[in-house]
Amino acid sequence: MALLTIQNLALGYDAHAIVQGLNFSVSSGDYLCIVGENGSGKTTLIKALLHLQEPISGQILIGDGLRKNEIGYLPQQTVVQKDFPASVREIVLSGCQGRCGFRPFYRKEEKQLAEDNMARMGISALANHCYRELSGGQQQRVLLARALCATQKALLLDEPVSGLDPKGTSEMYHLIAQLNREGIAIIMVSHDIAAAVRYASHILHIGAAVFYGTREAYLQSDVGKCFLTHQKGGEA
Amino acid sequence: MFDKIAMYLQYSFVRYALIVGVLIALCSSLLGVTLVLKRFSFIGDGLSHVAFGAMAIAAVLNLTNEMLLVLPVTIISAILLLRTGQNARINGDAAIAMISVSALAFGYLIMNIFATSSNLSGDVCSTLFGSTSILTLNSREVFLCIGLSIAVVVIFLLFYNKIFAVTFDENFSKATGMRTNGYNLLIAIVVAVIIVLSMNLVGSLLVSALVVFPALSAMRLFHTFKSVTVFSAVVSVLCAFVGIIISILAGTPVGSTIVAVDVAAFAICCAAGKMTGGVRT
Repeated sequence: MALLTIQNLALGYDAHAIVQGLNFSVSSGDYLCIVGENGSGKTTLIKALLHLQEPISGQILIGDGLRKNEIGYLPQQTVVQKDFPASVREIVLSGCQGRCGFRPFYRKEEKQLAEDNMARMGISALANHCYRELSGGQQQRVLLARALCATQKALLLDEPVSGLDPKGTSEMYHLIAQLNREGIAIIMVSHDIAAAVRYASHILHIGAAVFYGTREAYLQSDVGKCFLTHQKGGEA
Repeated sequence: MFDKIAMYLQYSFVRYALIVGVLIALCSSLLGVTLVLKRFSFIGDGLSHVAFGAMAIAAVLNLTNEMLLVLPVTIISAILLLRTGQNARINGDAAIAMISVSALAFGYLIMNIFATSSNLSGDVCSTLFGSTSILTLNSREVFLCIGLSIAVVVIFLLFYNKIFAVTFDENFSKATGMRTNGYNLLIAIVVAVIIVLSMNLVGSLLVSALVVFPALSAMRLFHTFKSVTVFSAVVSVLCAFVGIIISILAGTPVGSTIVAVDVAAFAICCAAGKMTGGVRT
């Protein structure tokens, strides 16, 4: 049984479908990259997977012991966060909030979990630093540590390297690959098609044509070939 | 000078004013950080105008306890305003402007048409700037104020971690299973209560200052959510206390004196922040 099984999903606003006919699944240990042009519905798909938005039709099934709100989420930075006065520890700890329910304060285990995840991301030394004074790469690590507090099984990353310099980008990809090797399923939305085909085990391409399959199959497919050459042409 | 203060402290109305002033300052500072960060600085202004309109209606209807009308009306408006932030046909900013000016206009209109007292402009002025109401509190109002303040502080402490999570990243919180809508509602209600309380102290035109200045001052100096919250509470309480004492000694209007002290504190914090680069804890 897969962690997530998506069946015949249609997404959009006010019954107007942006993308439809989505079928794919994510099993533990998978590394799924979601690619597609701007406006193809990547963000909408993320919202649906996180239960922030209801699909128009179709189903999102969860299995393999994954609970409904147990997907760790790495969002894109918002303007609010850029000048938010908060320490790294406070932010990482807030990732445990989902397990608290109505309990007002954090338990010892949750504080320990936050410490462990900061260590895992190599930001223990920054625990008392102010979030807004960190570099972009460090901020992403903080948010990743927070997401890890919310999940053991699956991470959903929304453009994790946007705004990072080349060094930060490659470090970020390494971290994600390492987490994937530790058994966490990765779902990543990305513009960076080169990295997608380098790291991912599966690719979901959405847009006018929908493709879902392994990386190898994507590289052979018409959609993949077309998109890859197009992207390379665009960057050159 | 201390003799003079000691002499004034023997009067119960002065003691009431100090107790109420300090409590209100404490409450209003607590959610200031959240409102500033959520880009809702002006919600205090909007809500207080609504409360002004409700007060006008209460005065015309000759209600003995105007809180019974003012509080529910303000709470409902707060819920509506904070909701518009999410699905924005009319965005939060414009909604606040609309509601606040229309409430202000209708409030004044109603007061004018159905004028019950001979000193209309005096009534309006004291509601808008809170000029003397704090010094004319009776013991029932004081106890109501103490009760509501304690409720606000307790709610804030119990939900501190949740308020932090929702303020920092609403989508993440929702995705990991928090009932963010419920907490937004809670924030809206608490804000409304705080605004209605604060109107007693500084009047409806100056309420925003009480909510926003302590938070902004603290954000100049501190870099963690906890220290910002604690420091803004301390600044707010100190400013209110000093402001009330000055206004009693110098005979200045209470509300505007407190706000002036808040502004001064902000200037000092700004300068201190520039010099030290902030406290690194």
